[in-house]
Amino acid sequence: MAEALIWHRLQFAFSVTFHYLFPQLTMGLALLIVIFKSLALSLGNERYNETARFWARIFALNFAMGVVTGIPLEFQFGTNWSRFSAYAGEVVGQTLAMEGVFAFFLESTFLGLFLFGEKRLGPRGHLAVAASLAVGSWLSGYFIIVTNAFMQHPMGHAVGEDGILHIASFRDYLLNPWGLWQFAHNMSASVVTAAFVVSSVGAYWALMGYHREQAAICLRAGVIAGMIAILLVAFPTGDQQGKMVAEHQPVTLAAMEGLFEGGPYAELAIIGQPDVAQRKLQNPITVPGVLSFLIYGTFGSTVKGLNDFPEDQWPDNIELLYYSYHIMVGLGTVLTLVMGVASLLLWRGTLLQTRPMLWVLMLSFPFPYIATTAGWWTAELGRQPWIIHGLMRTADAGSLQVNPGDVVFTLLGFVGLYLLLGMVFVLQFVKLVNNGPVAHE
Amino acid sequence: METVWFAIVAAMLAIYIVLDGFDFGVGILHRFVARTNQERRVVLAAIGPVWDGNEVWLIAAGGVLFMAFPKVYATAFSGFYLALMIVLWLLILRGVAIEFRGHFDNPLWREFWDTVFSVASGLLAIVFGAALGNLVRGVPLDETGLPGMALFTNFWPGQYPGLFDWYTLLVGLFACIALAGHGAIYLDWRTTGPVQERSHQAARRIWLGMVPLWVLVTVATVAVQPEIFTHLLSRWWSMLFILLTCGSFAAVFYFHNQNRPLAAFLSSSLYLLGLSATTLIGHFPHWLRSTINPEFSLTASNSISAQYGVQVALAWWAFGMLLTCGYFVYLFYSMRDKVDSDNLHGH
Ligand code: HDD
Ligand code: HEM
Ligand code: HEM
Repeated sequence: MAEALIWHRLQFAFSVTFHYLFPQLTMGLALLIVIFKSLALSLGNERYNETARFWARIFALNFAMGVVTGIPLEFQFGTNWSRFSAYAGEVVGQTLAMEGVFAFFLESTFLGLFLFGEKRLGPRGHLAVAASLAVGSWLSGYFIIVTNAFMQHPMGHAVGEDGILHIASFRDYLLNPWGLWQFAHNMSASVVTAAFVVSSVGAYWALMGYHREQAAICLRAGVIAGMIAILLVAFPTGDQQGKMVAEHQPVTLAAMEGLFEGGPYAELAIIGQPDVAQRKLQNPITVPGVLSFLIYGTFGSTVKGLNDFPEDQWPDNIELLYYSYHIMVGLGTVLTLVMGVASLLLWRGTLLQTRPMLWVLMLSFPFPYIATTAGWWTAELGRQPWIIHGLMRTADAGSLQVNPGDVVFTLLGFVGLYLLLGMVFVLQFVKLVNNGPVAHE
Repeated sequence: METVWFAIVAAMLAIYIVLDGFDFGVGILHRFVARTNQERRVVLAAIGPVWDGNEVWLIAAGGVLFMAFPKVYATAFSGFYLALMIVLWLLILRGVAIEFRGHFDNPLWREFWDTVFSVASGLLAIVFGAALGNLVRGVPLDETGLPGMALFTNFWPGQYPGLFDWYTLLVGLFACIALAGHGAIYLDWRTTGPVQERSHQAARRIWLGMVPLWVLVTVATVAVQPEIFTHLLSRWWSMLFILLTCGSFAAVFYFHNQNRPLAAFLSSSLYLLGLSATTLIGHFPHWLRSTINPEFSLTASNSISAQYGVQVALAWWAFGMLLTCGYFVYLFYSMRDKVDSDNLHGH
């Protein structure tokens, strides 16, 4: 089993990371499409409808990728994590089933109506369908995040006499405070991704001199939404996430921050390389007291370091965890600066003429993807060595019945298939962007 | 409670078979009944708005199984590891083929994805059929659970069978043909012109071919797992389902000859629904039947989740299904017109 575990983990990590590249765009984009459609209706401007239709084509392509890469995740709970499923299925199965029943049905049927029914539905009907689609995709985000929140901070369960988890309070499970903040943070981040992608395409068209009106629409919507969302990502949602980690997973926090020696006036490491063997941060640049302040609101509060905990409680990949966290927060700062300058220019009405800024916007779309991926790695690596924090260790969760060789084989298969699909996806994305907002059929 | 949840999961699976079944059938036939690019676009447009919603019945049924019978989900999925990975690959390929084909105006590109779509649909029908065959025949569950099953052993149903043996392959073949027939009737209803004519003819041949195959599968099932039939005979109300199945089978021929494709499609849906329901009624109370010792079998009563969870779930499930049925009725109602080449929008 020891050998199989690493492959189960790699396979899940790879396939969930790949999956999440798609929903993070569709969830944010669904909101922006609703905004475009309502502006089209209230301003009576056909350009907004064209923009909405263009983004709907991008949505459909991403949605298809999200669907096909999501199904393997659902299956893997049974195929690769069967002991986890047998132990926690009564609890986490609730939200996975609800996601299917309440979110996926809504999303998939309304997407069909949205793409194929514009003429028949009329403008108001079409807007209503777009709004339902957005609700569906946000609901699906909620259910899956509640599932993950249970693994981070179990709530509403009881351990039965049979040794497995049962649900004890449905309310507590669904309204897990960890899940509420995690959802808020994650959805803001998803709007950031969509806003950057929308502004990037707008900037590309503007630089090329294509579709001027639609380019301006995309840039305006992208920059405004991006500015609001990136602020929400940091405060209050990111801040609250950090406080929850500090309260419920103090070891994780110490590892994320690379803090080996705890104490009062704990310093915040801006840069530095963790050296786990020597238990110190090499070449650090730190600001004393700031970490204590961020978590407890006063500089003198005591923050626990890794040395305060037995090593078998430490996350098992501290280096990757530390870097993931710092990449997320670092990119958060960079993205705030980009949107800040862009908003200023937009407000002064010179964004469309400022070519260097358009270049920056055009090129910065990968960074929100990197930041969200890094954020999820922080969450998932930080939870280790637990698969359900405090209840079940990851080492006890994998399927015993599956031959490790089979997992190696299927992981290779997923890697190969996904790389191919990813390339084909990018080709088509580029083609859609080049075709532009005016339908070619 | 366990009976209710068994019935719920079984019903959701049966609905999945009916709905995604015609998508598979359309996929299987697509390359034969539609020859030009224009015709193929019509065929794809006929399932374009619905196939994803149809597929969600599988995901939702899986989710509900996970919630109500976690032990079954864990045991079956890890035991069927390789088979499920094949299913995943095929589902991925089918899904992207539908979305990808229209993006480049290049005949080889389209030919490639059309072929992927057909092959993936056909193989999925066979694998799902074989999966049902595995449930009926039984699997080598022992006291530790279900050791990872081999894809095949000696192709004979015995104590230690593989996923594929002559019986499960036969069921797979039957599933493939039946779904092709279902898809042909769907296309007959939804399309016009040469595609409709070809589908109409194909439907006739396929359904005729199903008569001997259905008899053969039934006889084989009696030989491999007679308990299914003793169960059916001991539950008088199962006769209603048997009558429904046989009646709708005849109705398919009747309405097909009368050229009433919608009625024929509804009959063929009822037929698949009846057939799946009958099989699962005969299967009840088993989820996974052990070929080694009946004591190791997973049944509805020894794998159901604790009371409180499934009670709460019953409330939200009923509410969710009401909504879902609403969406589906609205979706199918708003695309009741035939697809023809003039109203191809979207992709
Ligand atoms: C655009 C993406 C993005 C940006 C700029 C940020 N985050 Fe983030 N963060 C995410 C995207 C994200 C995420 C991918 O959405 C995560 C993963 C889990 C979750 O719910 O959200 C996440 C998780 C996450 C966690 C949870 C870790 C755990 O559960 O163990 C914390 C503490 C923070 N974030 C804190 C921050 C702070 C203080 C930021 C300051 C700017 C920040 N994030 C920027
Ligand atoms: C919200 C729903 C999610 C659930 C329920 C979930 C669940 C899981 C499970 C079961 C594992 C395997 C056990 C383990 O190694 O801890 C895991 C690992 C992992 N997941 Fe998630 N995950 C979710 C979201 C994500 C997302 C969106 C990402 C990335 C973008 C992600 C990244 C990872 C990584 C990197 C690992 C490997 C951790 C390791 O092996 O140490 N997860 N997750
Ligand atoms: C942060 C984590 C995740 C979020 C926010 C998320 C969100 C979404 C969304 C919005 C969709 C709709 C398709 C799309 O818009 O691209 C989707 C599809 C899907 N996701 Fe995820 N997902 C996450 C992780 C997971 C995990 C861990 C699982 C496995 C249990 C999963 C299972 C699925 C499935 C099965 C689908 C296909 C649904 C369909 O057929 O319509 N997702 N996801």
